[in-house]
Amino acid sequence: MIDLAIIGAGPAGLAAAIEARALGLRVTLYDEQPGPGGQIYRDITRPRSDRSAAILGPDYLAGRPLAKAFLASGAGYQPRATVWRIAEDGLSFTAPEGGGDQAAARVLVATGAMERPFAVPGWTLPGVMTAGAAQIMLKTTGTAADGAVFVGTGPLLYLVACQYLDAGMTIAAILDTTTKGALLGAASHLPGALRRPGMLMKGLRMLRRLRRSGVPFHRGVTDVAFEGDQALSAVRWTSGGTAHRLECAHAFLHHGVIPNANMTMAARASHHWDKAQAAWVVDRDAEGRSSLPWLFVAGDGGGIAGAKAAALSGRIAARAIARDLDRGAPDSARLLRDYAAEVAIRPFLDRLYRPAPAFLAPQDDRTVICRCEEVTRGDLARAMQEGCPGPNQFKAFCRAGMGPCQGRMCGPTVVSIMSEISGRSPEDIGYYRIRMPVKPVTLAEVAGLPTERVDGRN
Amino acid sequence: MFQPLEPGSGPRVRVFLDDTPVDLPEGANLAAALLTAGFSPFRTTPVSGAPRLPFCMMGVCFDCLIEIDGIPNRQACLEQVRAGMRLRRQSGAANLEAAE
Amino acid sequence: MTAADYIIVGGGIVGASIAYGLARAGESVTLLDQGDVAFRAARGNLGNVWVQGKGVTVPDYADLTRQAALDWPQLAAMLQDETGIDLHFRRPGAAFVCFTEEELQRRGKALAASNADTRIKNTFEVLDRDALAERLPMLGPDVAGGTFSPDDGAANPLFLLRALIAGFIARGGRYLPRHTVTDLARDGQGFVAQTGQGAFRCGRIVLASGLGNAELAPKLGLSAPVRPVRGQILITEKLQPFLPVNVSFIRQTVEGGCIIGESSEEVGTDDGTTLPILRETARRAITVFPMLARARVVRAWGALRIMTPTGVPVYQSRDGAFVVCVHSGVTLAPWHAMGLIPHLVAGRFDPQTFRSFQPEDADVPAA
Ligand SMILES: Cc1cc2nc3c(=O)[nH]c(=O)nc-3n(C[C@H](O)[C@H](O)[C@H](O)COP(=O)(O)OP(=O)(O)OC[C@H]3O[C@@H](n4cnc5c(N)ncnc54)[C@H](O)[C@@H]3O)c2cc1C
Ligand SMILES: Cc1cc2nc3c(=O)[nH]c(=O)nc-3n(C[C@H](O)[C@H](O)[C@H](O)COP(=O)(O)OP(=O)(O)OC[C@H]3O[C@@H](n4cnc5c(N)ncnc54)[C@H](O)[C@@H]3O)c2cc1C
Ligand code: FES
Repeated sequence: MIDLAIIGAGPAGLAAAIEARALGLRVTLYDEQPGPGGQIYRDITRPRSDRSAAILGPDYLAGRPLAKAFLASGAGYQPRATVWRIAEDGLSFTAPEGGGDQAAARVLVATGAMERPFAVPGWTLPGVMTAGAAQIMLKTTGTAADGAVFVGTGPLLYLVACQYLDAGMTIAAILDTTTKGALLGAASHLPGALRRPGMLMKGLRMLRRLRRSGVPFHRGVTDVAFEGDQALSAVRWTSGGTAHRLECAHAFLHHGVIPNANMTMAARASHHWDKAQAAWVVDRDAEGRSSLPWLFVAGDGGGIAGAKAAALSGRIAARAIARDLDRGAPDSARLLRDYAAEVAIRPFLDRLYRPAPAFLAPQDDRTVICRCEEVTRGDLARAMQEGCPGPNQFKAFCRAGMGPCQGRMCGPTVVSIMSEISGRSPEDIGYYRIRMPVKPVTLAEVAGLPTERVDGRN
Repeated sequence: MFQPLEPGSGPRVRVFLDDTPVDLPEGANLAAALLTAGFSPFRTTPVSGAPRLPFCMMGVCFDCLIEIDGIPNRQACLEQVRAGMRLRRQSGAANLEAAE
Repeated sequence: MTAADYIIVGGGIVGASIAYGLARAGESVTLLDQGDVAFRAARGNLGNVWVQGKGVTVPDYADLTRQAALDWPQLAAMLQDETGIDLHFRRPGAAFVCFTEEELQRRGKALAASNADTRIKNTFEVLDRDALAERLPMLGPDVAGGTFSPDDGAANPLFLLRALIAGFIARGGRYLPRHTVTDLARDGQGFVAQTGQGAFRCGRIVLASGLGNAELAPKLGLSAPVRPVRGQILITEKLQPFLPVNVSFIRQTVEGGCIIGESSEEVGTDDGTTLPILRETARRAITVFPMLARARVVRAWGALRIMTPTGVPVYQSRDGAFVVCVHSGVTLAPWHAMGLIPHLVAGRFDPQTFRSFQPEDADVPAA
């Protein structure tokens, strides 16, 4: 039995592990990646050339000391370990060396964010991937694709485009879907944003850079669709009142990140619909406590707040857990103040980069909304005509959400479309009932049988 | 096509892609290495037979599924290149009998 | 207030079957159901159209089951014709797997006895391991044998529910989900059902609300002594077809996934899953088909069976109010959509015809 099991080696999980170790807790951290870092600091411990470091930039390299401190902290570490079950008694995981169960007094979920599904016609074609995926290609193998089209809105889209320019790649076009309404709406949140002028300036610099780079930059883009037979061959869109078409072999999509809430949902912690972030988010108090006494949440998995806030929330949660276990911990007042300052810019960003309603709830009936089961918007509209009352009945009727991604790629879109068609609020629509296993695992792993014969990695 | 920004300096190891020997950088993210090697598609879907490639690269979309060493439906984006891996494009539903 | 000839309370497979059947018979019907989140066994079951061993000690129940199974092709064809929805009904036969020789002998005897007093006979064979392996090529070595019956089949229960509701609506039925019935009362010659969205009046009312019946039935002088019995189920990723016939607790769906489950627990209304039960279920499945060890589990769930004290269905009526409690609603769907309808239209479940299905009887263990 350990004191604390942490899931996720991003800034939240790493900072929590370091803090918890400093407070004397027995800690083990699990992550399905081969090294620490999470999404922002992917592959941070890999030695890189000066050029690669320059392309990825100082915000990326800031993860190095954190990863180093973690590896020296004395916390147990299980890389390449996918956690598939959490409960009051601890967790179950699968790993190449053999999985197992770990008893723990507390579980801290720091599983981070995922990019918001971007369902447009043709988004399943080979050649279409997320901007985050393009960035992971850069971070892990140092590869990039020439002549790509960047589509969407949000800081990560612009960041990856800038990193592409720094890498000397040509970009065919940037199709910016940020709406005028969002710009106006965000203006009222400017005072909060000014508490972190550095971040604001960084964003403006990126945009200026992209506009001056000579890359065609289309604003107010709507009606995005991808064409192709066996692979992407062109993108169509509307902007400035005209329809456009551009041939391309690569497109990178992005319109924000949302919490990857499957694990906290499967644990049956309570969640709420966050209007500003347009996503279901786990309920947590200022110190990361969920509605379940054994379960804490830190980082973007509990609401999008960025890497620095994630690390702070990890430390805060670790202290609260130590206090919970009667181990004592310093007061968190200063950390909480820092956290508040760090997230002051969020209302501005959330509003500015909230996707247009027509991107959240695609209108074209041919749009695939569930990539695994290939269920379309039209299937959902028909099911609703037959009286289908919500996502779970829809799943039963049309198989959306029954594939290997377990609803991660369709859930948010299903909620938005149902809300749009019925006029009911997203919180009234609800969400899929997410269950264990949180990720698919073999029957042998569920059975707790040895995995050697089962898993080819041995 | 994804292309390396710098000439690779690390060791490369031999793997088998649908029985064809290919040399990939050792320890690299498998999905990224395969994309860079031009392997396409990774699989066809069990529902309509549509071709797919990795979409998220972070383990959430399950579009990077391939057969590794006889085991179907493995997420290539969560794997690393190892010498001797036998990799196969996956057509439709998993075939466990072939894995015997 | 709204008037209707019939109100059906409960839009699971039982309620939807009855609603569809009444609408086909030209009756005016309102189906009141809860919303998206509810105890709805219709969304959590195995989908077996199962005959072997059903009603072993109650011949009337065995006959009801066997007749329903015989009528399944007709219901599936009718619904597909009317809604375009393929129910994936197949009847390749099914095996009940036994892990010990003794279990196999006992089961063979019980099945033989179950044919003694029934109108319709169940065809079955008792097979040792090697004979069974001819039907199930991937069978593991540690199985003693099994009983095989060509009468057993399966359908996609989710598509069944969808088609019943779609067919009901197409026939002019009024389907109102998110209308939980909070109270019921007699009102002159008819009934009034209270919901959060207003009151609904009708001439006749059918309680088919699964576990909800326990609370609702007494309000109309009926009794529904049902309790929840949890089952935990696993489903795998899609696999190439390998299972030519079903096994009692393992079925390969038309889509390719294997549905696995057989547990029974008395845990009240907790519909969660637990590691020990999932583990045991997975181990037994691997014993039967060792290759499944490498199949990925995509999802596990718990669902609540609607169980009467003896497991035998309850069909009871009183002055225009009806209650139906069954725990094999998929198997019995043709009966509820077709055979049962004339009894409802006639206005009562005749206690003589339904003598084996009265709650009083159900309280006493059947002989
Ligand atoms: C693809 C992507 C790229 C991004 N790039 C940037 C960037 O360049 N700059 C920036 O400022 N922000 C970026 N962000 C946002 C950034 O990820 C977050 O602000 C920050 O990383 C949140 O940290 P975290 O610790 O909460 O989670 P993360 O860093 O996301 O870490 C979560 C970890 O949990 C692990 N995990 C999840 N589920 C399981 C499981 N079941 N079992 C085991 N392990 C599991 C994951 O492997 C991951 O390592 C990016 C986000 C995404 C999705
Ligand atoms: C694990 C498991 C495995 C099973 N396997 C099989 C099988 O292989 N073959 C087979 O034939 N059967 C099987 N069954 C049984 C089958 O699922 C049920 O018989 C079937 O779902 C029909 O039950 P029902 O309609 O009575 O109840 P449910 O499906 O539970 O429906 C009851 C409905 O009533 C509604 N309701 C409840 N209270 C109210 C109220 N106050 N107002 C309005 N609506 C209300 C509910 O929301 C629900 O929609 C299985 C069941 C379980 C749990
Ligand atoms: S690319 Fe999305 S899971 Fe691997």
